[in-house]
Amino acid sequence: MIEGLLSDLEVVRKDFPILARVLADGQPLVYLDSANTSQKPQVVIDTMVDHLERHNANIARAMHQLGAEATAAYEDARDKVATFIGAPDRDEVVFTKNASEALNLAANTLAWPGERQVGPGDEVVISEMEHHSNIVPWQLLCEHTGARLRWFGVTDEGHLDLSNLDALITERTRVVSLVWVSNMLGTVNPIGDIARRAHEVGALMVVDASQAAPQLPIDLAGMPEQERPDLLAFTGHKVVGPTGIGVLWGRRAVLDQLPPFLGGGEMIETVTMERSTYAPIPHKFEAGTPPIAEAVGLGAAVDYLSVLGMHHVHRHEQAITAYALDGLQTVPGLTVLGPLDATGRGGAISFEIAGVHPHDVATVLDTRGIAVRAGHHCAKPAHQRFGVQSSTRMSSYLYTTPTEIDALVEGLEYTRRYFRLD
Amino acid sequence: MTTDLDALYQEIILDHYKNPHHQGLREPFEAEVHHVNPTCGDEVTLRVHLADSPEGTQVEDVSYDALGCSISQASASVLSDLVIGKPVSDAMAIHDEFLTMMQGKGRVEPDEDVLEDGIAFAGVAKFPARIKCALLSWMAWKDATLSAVEPMECKEEAK
Repeated sequence: MIEGLLSDLEVVRKDFPILARVLADGQPLVYLDSANTSQKPQVVIDTMVDHLERHNANIARAMHQLGAEATAAYEDARDKVATFIGAPDRDEVVFTKNASEALNLAANTLAWPGERQVGPGDEVVISEMEHHSNIVPWQLLCEHTGARLRWFGVTDEGHLDLSNLDALITERTRVVSLVWVSNMLGTVNPIGDIARRAHEVGALMVVDASQAAPQLPIDLAGMPEQERPDLLAFTGHKVVGPTGIGVLWGRRAVLDQLPPFLGGGEMIETVTMERSTYAPIPHKFEAGTPPIAEAVGLGAAVDYLSVLGMHHVHRHEQAITAYALDGLQTVPGLTVLGPLDATGRGGAISFEIAGVHPHDVATVLDTRGIAVRAGHHCAKPAHQRFGVQSSTRMSSYLYTTPTEIDALVEGLEYTRRYFRLD
Repeated sequence: MTTDLDALYQEIILDHYKNPHHQGLREPFEAEVHHVNPTCGDEVTLRVHLADSPEGTQVEDVSYDALGCSISQASASVLSDLVIGKPVSDAMAIHDEFLTMMQGKGRVEPDEDVLEDGIAFAGVAKFPARIKCALLSWMAWKDATLSAVEPMECKEEAK
């Protein structure tokens, strides 16, 4: 028995009906693509079905019982998300479509007239290990405003290169936007230290928590004021919730300073033909009918994680990741891209095998029922940094077992034999 | 399980992958294109050199630099084998035949007389995620050839 695994792992796995799937040729599913999207427990599926079967109505405007129930369920989900991330104030939780939309909301509204508007001569700092969704919106912002994009490099070990921290984040910096946990390298970045520096120079600290929210206990209110991000984005479908729902958390003072993103119903206070005034947060940023059932599903998802306990989920991930790192390194010719110490990384492990292309690895594994991702994982610059065009990535989650890691390692050995590398 | 894999990775494909034909970028050329598969990051830079021949414009050379999986690499190798030395119109017909096979979901019986080693890719058509890998260099070749043909046609009209 490996220390740190969830104690009732086999019971937990039964919560996820898809894990019992049998694939082509009778192969049981070995799902190692959770950094791409996580699987959903029955309670999330049931909660969404129940909402649609019994409580469906539009929210906030329907003057009937169902409308009240739907509104309560939607706002209840906001409370649950706020609790999940330890938000100081539940109104600071804005529902979006996904993490990309949350980051685009930030990058767009920061380019528009307002107290926080970025302009020529200003600088925006990101890093080489970002997902494309935390690169492209800032490139667009810089193109539109004349600001300059700068970035942290990555060390050979896969950590952020902080040696030039003070030269990179200066009084010209208006925004620092960084990934908390890398989706490719697995690296956990020292977000608090960088936020401290960003705040020293008066910059806004934006955090992409897409891979952090599923694995790390997050307590925003418990973070020291100077280390707490100003904006934080994550998506529902990676925290055992449905697709189509994401979250932008922001400090009230910052969200109040940003202009509205999308205009429409629900985000207004009053509208005349000449001008409109806007609803207070969070509704200011939630134009139109939101993904209601998805929000309700996300509420059930974060509740599920809270019942398991995010500290336990985190320990499980670390135990499985350590076991996987050990197993992978027994495969001849395999190189892990990213930190080799499980304590400082998340559960996504990207690797190369000399002589076999990642697509070929993924195809061979797929015929054995093992689902991994192959390609650039929407992090092309990070791959370029390591001189590789693509990689194979396994990513575990709270339902991953050591047996599944064994199946992966065996599958990789079989792949090498198949391509006659021995 | 192994049968499916063997249908995908035919010996011919693995041979072309290990020893690709006509690899490398060469001069002269009339057109060079760079194609990528945005979902996986596979890339190919491909050059086409055309020349006049008694049967009309002919594909004199295809040279390429490709980054990618066994399927995309082997496909570039087979493509160059098939089209080099052929009149452009014949080469385009081979391209169409290959495309039809790849889009046929494994139900199209390929013509070995036309596709030669290319028939080894028939099994790839059953793996939806891999069809684009097999087509990458073919799409690049068609693109490059069409842009190389245009100026040649203009030249002929001017004669």
